[in-house]
Amino acid sequence: MKDKLSLIIGSVALLLAFFLIGVKLYQKQEAERLGFVAKADFSKFVPEYAPKLGAKDAPVYLVEFLDPECESCREFYPYVKMIMDEHPGKVQLVIRYAPFHGNSRMIIKILEAARKQNRYWETLEVLFRYQPYWGSHHDPRPDLVWKYLPEAGVDTAKIQEDMKDPAIEKMIEQEMRDLQDLGVRGTPTFFVNGRPLESFGVEQLRTLVKQTVEQL
Amino acid sequence: MNDKKWFLIFGCWLLASIATAGSLFFSEIMKFPPCILCWYQRILMYPLVIIFLIGLIPFDKSVIKFSFPLALVGWFIAVYHNLLYYKILPESAAPCVMGISCTSVQIEWFGFITIPFMSLTAFTLILILLTFSYRIMKRER
Repeated sequence: MKDKLSLIIGSVALLLAFFLIGVKLYQKQEAERLGFVAKADFSKFVPEYAPKLGAKDAPVYLVEFLDPECESCREFYPYVKMIMDEHPGKVQLVIRYAPFHGNSRMIIKILEAARKQNRYWETLEVLFRYQPYWGSHHDPRPDLVWKYLPEAGVDTAKIQEDMKDPAIEKMIEQEMRDLQDLGVRGTPTFFVNGRPLESFGVEQLRTLVKQTVEQL
Repeated sequence: MNDKKWFLIFGCWLLASIATAGSLFFSEIMKFPPCILCWYQRILMYPLVIIFLIGLIPFDKSVIKFSFPLALVGWFIAVYHNLLYYKILPESAAPCVMGISCTSVQIEWFGFITIPFMSLTAFTLILILLTFSYRIMKRER
């Protein structure tokens, strides 16, 4: 009986050890792979067309894959701004899209159309502010966004016209390919100069940005 | 003789534990979103870890009675999942509408080891081991 008990405890310990070794190996392999992608193909992370915020010559690229319909992207947004303010002139935010929700594509098209009116960031903030109303998971009401959009100072009639641009659709397709290549499966996903977060969280992101700025 | 039964159930417990740890690794570490059929298989696999463990210390032959139905239902779902996955059943019959499709390929090791394949293997082996231990117990009676 005693031997059997130790066999079970030993197996549990062995399984746990294998699991933890697996976690470490996988994280190491992913970090190396993404580091390699970052060196080999900068535009995989920071394409020409992606919206960017902050100093144009800032050496640290904070790439955020977000979905305007994702609640946790909404929660994270003020912290992203806060982290950028901690390193003035050093960090630029690069917005990438991960349309994982039902109306994400439509909202992304609105955002891209607002960009043509130079009202991108205002629109993003308005969309996030009212997201609980238009983007509720139980009762999504994407039609409501038209009510809120004027608050961003945009011409909604022009947005309805501009969002039909097939170039936006093409851009979203490219985003989907990059999501696959970079293994992005949730939002928000962050990369700081090509390095992913080891675990998800505001403090983890803050530390990674700080480390990257200090290593310059 | 008692030991043989014990080790068979121990094998079942080990298989269920490996399957549980493996599936959690895929979803929590590699961040693969589990599809709906994977969830049903998980619902039937995870409790087996605890049921087998209770049956092992001290050995209780009724463990077969409690574990076999779960493993059998899990096995049927795994068979169905594999049929969809390998396109033996048409994809339109798949119940996945929202989220990830049950037929999207997440991994393929050596060309044939996929996640649904591993699930089917685990359920099949558990059923085989359970059948063996049932036979041993029947002979003892």
